[in-house]
Parts: sequence; structure tokens; C-alpha cells
Amino acid sequence: MIAKKLPLLLLALSLTTYSFSQDIILADSIAAAKAAAQAAAMADSIAAAEAAAASGAAGATENPAPEPSSGGPQIHGNFQTDVQYYNVDSAIGAFPVPEKMLMNGFANINYSYGAFNAGIRYESYLNALQGFDPKYKGTGIPYRFASYKWEEMEVTIGNFYEQFGSGLILRAYEERGLGYDNALDGFRVKYSPYKGIYFKGLVGKQRSFFSQGPGVVRGFDGELNVMEAFFDSIKKTQIIVGGSFVSKFQSDQDPIYVLPENVGCYGGRINVIHGGFNLYGEYAYKINDPSNDNNFIYKNGEALFVTASIAAKGFAFTLSGKRSDNMSYRSDRTATISSLFINYVPTISKAHTYGLMAFYPYASQPVGEMCFASELQYKVPKGSAIGGKYGMDILLNFSTAYGLDTTRLNPAEDSARIGYTSEFFGMGNKYFEDINIEIQKKFSKKLKATLVLSNQFYNKSVIQKPGYPNIMSSIGVLDITYKIRPDKAIRVELQGMLTKLDESHLDSALQEEPHEDASDWAYALVEYTHGEHWFVAALDQYNMNPDSSFKSIHYPTFTVGYVKNATRITLSYGKQRAGIFCVGGVCRTIPASNGIALTITSSF
Amino acid sequence: MKKFILALSAIVVLASATIIQTTRKIPAVDIKTMDGKAFNTGKITNGGKPIIISFWATWCKPCKKELDAINEEYATWKKETGVKLIAISIDDSKSASKVPGDVKAKGWEYEVYIDQNQDFKRAMNVNNVPHTFLVNGKGEIVWQHNSYNEGDEDKLYEAVKKVAKGQKVSEK
Repeated sequence: MIAKKLPLLLLALSLTTYSFSQDIILADSIAAAKAAAQAAAMADSIAAAEAAAASGAAGATENPAPEPSSGGPQIHGNFQTDVQYYNVDSAIGAFPVPEKMLMNGFANINYSYGAFNAGIRYESYLNALQGFDPKYKGTGIPYRFASYKWEEMEVTIGNFYEQFGSGLILRAYEERGLGYDNALDGFRVKYSPYKGIYFKGLVGKQRSFFSQGPGVVRGFDGELNVMEAFFDSIKKTQIIVGGSFVSKFQSDQDPIYVLPENVGCYGGRINVIHGGFNLYGEYAYKINDPSNDNNFIYKNGEALFVTASIAAKGFAFTLSGKRSDNMSYRSDRTATISSLFINYVPTISKAHTYGLMAFYPYASQPVGEMCFASELQYKVPKGSAIGGKYGMDILLNFSTAYGLDTTRLNPAEDSARIGYTSEFFGMGNKYFEDINIEIQKKFSKKLKATLVLSNQFYNKSVIQKPGYPNIMSSIGVLDITYKIRPDKAIRVELQGMLTKLDESHLDSALQEEPHEDASDWAYALVEYTHGEHWFVAALDQYNMNPDSSFKSIHYPTFTVGYVKNATRITLSYGKQRAGIFCVGGVCRTIPASNGIALTITSSF
Repeated sequence: MKKFILALSAIVVLASATIIQTTRKIPAVDIKTMDGKAFNTGKITNGGKPIIISFWATWCKPCKKELDAINEEYATWKKETGVKLIAISIDDSKSASKVPGDVKAKGWEYEVYIDQNQDFKRAMNVNNVPHTFLVNGKGEIVWQHNSYNEGDEDKLYEAVKKVAKGQKVSEK
């Protein structure tokens, strides 16, 4: 199928180029004249700039905005390839990989000429790296698009990514590191009839690996920036309101249930900004949508997301709340894991980047959850007793997630198959909690350090799979950077994690079983960066198991990297512990592995 | 027929490649200001002076290190070369509300925009953050760098100084 499409696409691409090149040949003499004029103008503007600089008004004169992307046709893009060779290592649970070597790769090739853009993405999974969904298999061009932008309108055909509001009812996006891609394939029109007024309309099918989901997604979104449209003179306050409607169609071939073939979802949002104060609220409502996620019940779904923040120089405070109930919305009602989601319910807990801090990461629960998060940032001023010469950054963060307070309906009395009812303000079981503090201080031009302390609660039975204890962990991280020379630095990361288990909710048989989560962990990283091009790093992770049924194992990894401009090459050798890798609240589990990994990424 | 079209397209693409320009201007994409207003990146300008465009995120440690390091020198850089730094946050709805807080708390003096749908990130072919571009007075991208090592800001500034003087940057 792709083989059929490729020549057509290339043809379309070359035809546009061809017509442009015709123009250019015809306009050769004109261009020569223009170039001469341009050179003269340029000399003028340089002279003007020099004059301005001489008079001390550097950059004060605003040139008129340049024509967007003026100039000739351009071909640009990027690529990445990850290759891994796998050794068998039964001690860490790295099982034999039949292919021994696996590879993921992609390349975007885009063509731009003025307001016209087109592009393709070639992807290869030969075969997919461990931890990626094996449905990524083979090669193909799952992404191709063309778009044209007029002053007030933009039309895209083919694949595109889109988000309405915060994504509660529609978000098509990609997270290449996770293998997450629910791009739409169809038509999209964006239209702005008047400043401050924006409309978007789209119809498409969603990507599912190298094919498409069965459902059709239709969406409309409108946004009004009240001040921009009506009170342009008011700059300090902004009020933005928006509303969207999305509907999916999937035919009903179920032998038992009468399923709704069209499932609508609508939502509204408001954003009020006044100086450093920012309030955002969004509510979404979905009609009954029996699916694999909710065990085919006919209950409606809803979600509310509110976040408020206040920021002043050296200070910021954010408070967020989120409640979602039965809000999983996919273009295939039987889809599982992270396939074919139309919407995105954001996780509001902090995304940690230090290894052990992110050992037990939280991910949004599609069934329903109640979450709160708050963050305080403060910069102790330079020159104060604690701040010292460079100041000191303090960040205090708290987040928590609970299940909903639900009452299961008696199936005998629940003829409409609603399933359960829930209290809007009620909270059920605790899923997750994280309280952490981060202090960052620069001591001198050469030395800076970061200290992070965290206490976390993780309900593994809910977040991963049933039958596990709750895990209480305390984590400490010390991250020190020492500049040997202006462009040579050594960085040391020391991390430790102590865990305690709560097994009270488990059957007595499960309680007696040893749990690998009882491990305490130590983690040490030494990284040396040599100029702008080179870096080497050595990492060791060590689990100290109290139970003899699990061995205490070292997980060493050595990495060498080379960076030049937009190109980055890294080669690493070592052991990778099994774990969860998350980006933006979406996670994938990575199995343990032992081997060599090579990554090359670049753009052109 | 299929083969014929394929061959023809290949020839035309190759033939037209000779007129493809190698310098790239900033693509025109709609993103948002920190106070929620629409902004088109085609309007990025600095009155003929160099522009640094830096892609970052609130959850990206090296990005913030780089922006912190530049911030310490930023006043001098501006005075000496007239350079302007535009920081593009790729945070999604999970953390976009933290962007103004991060900027204020860190005391960054940059022009900051939010690219929630990552349209600008895609148009600039950014694979991962931090990714920094240097744009000359004519709006052409003349230098770029992926990731951050300590001291990279000095190398960036050397390039900025050259661009400010209208000289070519040795590495493209």
C-alpha cells in the first residue's frame, strides 16, 4: 500500500518544485536585477545598523517583520536511529532475544516553499527494540502531509497532530521515545476571521502502529481571546474562552450489546490572566461510551481540570486539581494499553528526571481519579546570608492521587448497565503521593550542587497490576558539578532509596511471598564533559535485597557521547534494570537488558 | 506505469535539488505567548541583530542549566551584540502552567513562548531538548546545537559575536 503511495507523493512534491523552478528560470533576469537591488539595500541597512549602533541605540529600531519563510524552496528534516545488541543475562532477567540485535529508526523529510509545506516520515522497526510494542514491525511511511497557510486560514491534508484546550477531549500527539503516536489522518482547517477569534475543524482516522483504527474522529474547536478581539488597549488582563465538540463513529457489530455508534464529547474552558496571576479551568463531558476500559458500562464520563498560578520575580506558586471519571475516549472501543486515545488526561504530579526519583512513577488512571498538586518556587536573593554570591533556588512540590469514591450498582437493579455511581467530592483509595524538596545552589564559578529529598507512596496494585504491596519510598539525591576548566566539567550524582512495604490489603498468601519491591537502591553516576563535543559517563545501580530469594545485583553502564551541532551520537554498554520509562505521564515498561546500545540523532 | 512515475519523480526531484536553498529561514508557525495570545513565529525579529532560539521544557534539567548559564551573561551579551534570546517551551498541558512560574522564579529576562502542540518543534526539526539555534540579522538559521555541556554557552557566544559582525560562522 505504501509502495503505491510513495511515487504519488514524490510526484506531487516534484511537480510543485518543478513549477517553482520554471518560475525561477523565467524570472532569471528579474532575479538578477532584484539581487543587485537587494545587495544595495543590504549595504544600506548595514550602514543604518552601524549608524544606529554608533548612536548607542542598538536594536532600538524595529525592522518590519520579515516575510514568513521567504526565500526559495527548502528541504529539511531530522532522523534518529537506535540500535541495540542484546546479551543473555539470566541473573537480571534479560532473556534471549532471537534476533540478538534490534533497531528502531525514523527520518522526517520535509519540503517548504513559502506558505506551502509537505513532508513524510519513514519509520523502521527491524525489529522493534525491547519494551516497544511488537506491533511496530517492519518499515513504512505512516506519516505524510501537505499544508498551505493563507493569512487567515490554514489547510492540512494527510497526517497531523492537534490539541483542543488542554487535551481533555482531543489530543493527537507523538512521543517517539515511548512509541506513542496517535496522529490523525484526514483533513484539518484552521480559520481566524478576526483577530482574537480562532476556529479549528477536523475529520480523520487515527494511527495505530502501521495501520489505522476503525473509528472516524470529527472535531470542532473555537477560541475567543476577549481582550485581543474587543479591548485591544488592555494589556495587563487577558480573558480567553474556548469550547470544543468531538464525535467518534465506530460501527456496532457486537452480538450482545447495543453500542452507541456515535459518541460525542464536549467541553469548555476559560483562562484568566492578570499580571503574574493565571487561572485555567476546563471541563469535559462524554456521553455513554461502553468500552474495554470501562468493562462495557453505559455511564457518562466527565473530567475537570483546574490550575492556578501566581508568579513574581524570584517567586512562583502553582495549585492544580483534577477529577476524571470514566473519561477514557478512544477511536476503537476495544483498544488497550496506549492505543488510539482521542483525548489526554494530564498527570499533574511532578515528572522526575533523577533515576531513583522516577523509580515508581505515576500515570493517569483512565478509569477515574482525583488528583491535587502544588508547587512553590523561591529564589533566595543574591547577596543575602543564605543566598550568597549567586542566590539559591528552593522548590517545594507536593502531589497526591486518589481513586474515586464509587458505589457499585447491583447488576440486578442496573438494567441500564450504568455500573456505578460516584461522589463528586469524594475520594477513594490512595493511589500515589509525592512530597519533595529541591535546593539548588551555586557556590562559586566552578562549583554548584543540587540536593533533592522525596517521600513517595505508590499503590502498585492499581498503577501497574493487582497483587502487589503499596510501596513507601524515601529518596535522596545529591548532584554536584565541578568545572575544571570553562569547558571541562565533572558531574557526580549520588542517589539512595529506602523502601517500606504495606501489604495489609493483600491476601495472607501474597503477604508471605517475597517482593522485589522490598529492595533498597543505591545509585552513583560520574560524568565528564570535555568541551562542546565529548562526554563520558559511568553509572552503577545496586539493589540491596533483604530477602535471599532475590540476589543483590550491580547494574553498571558506561556511555560515551559525541555531539557536533545538531548531531548527537551515544554508545553505551552495560546492564539496564527493568523499569518504567515515562514521558508526559505516559509510560512504557522496559525489560531488563544487557548489551550495547547505539543512538544517532541529527537534523538537517 | 508505477515504475515510470517513480523514475520520473526521482529525476525531477534531483533536478530541482540544484535550486533548493541551503540556508533556512525561521518557519512561520502559530504558537502562544505566556499570556495565552496567538503568535506567529514568522514575526520573530530583532531589528537586524542576531537571535538565539532555545527549545526547553520545565522538566528538562540540562535546558534549565543552559538558560541559567546564559542568563548570568545575558545583560553583557545584549549590550555587546544586541542579541535576543527566545525561549520556546515544549511543555504540554501537564506542566505548561509552570512555565511562567519557572521563568519568573529563575529571573530569566528572555522572550518566552509556549509550543504545546509542538508544531514549531516539528517545523524546526528538533528531536529532543535542549536544542539551540542561532539566527542572523536576515532571519536565516546559521548555527544549531543539540544538548548542553558545561561551557557550551561560551561557544554559542563566540558564534553570536561573529554573526553580529556579519561574519560567517565556521560550522553550520
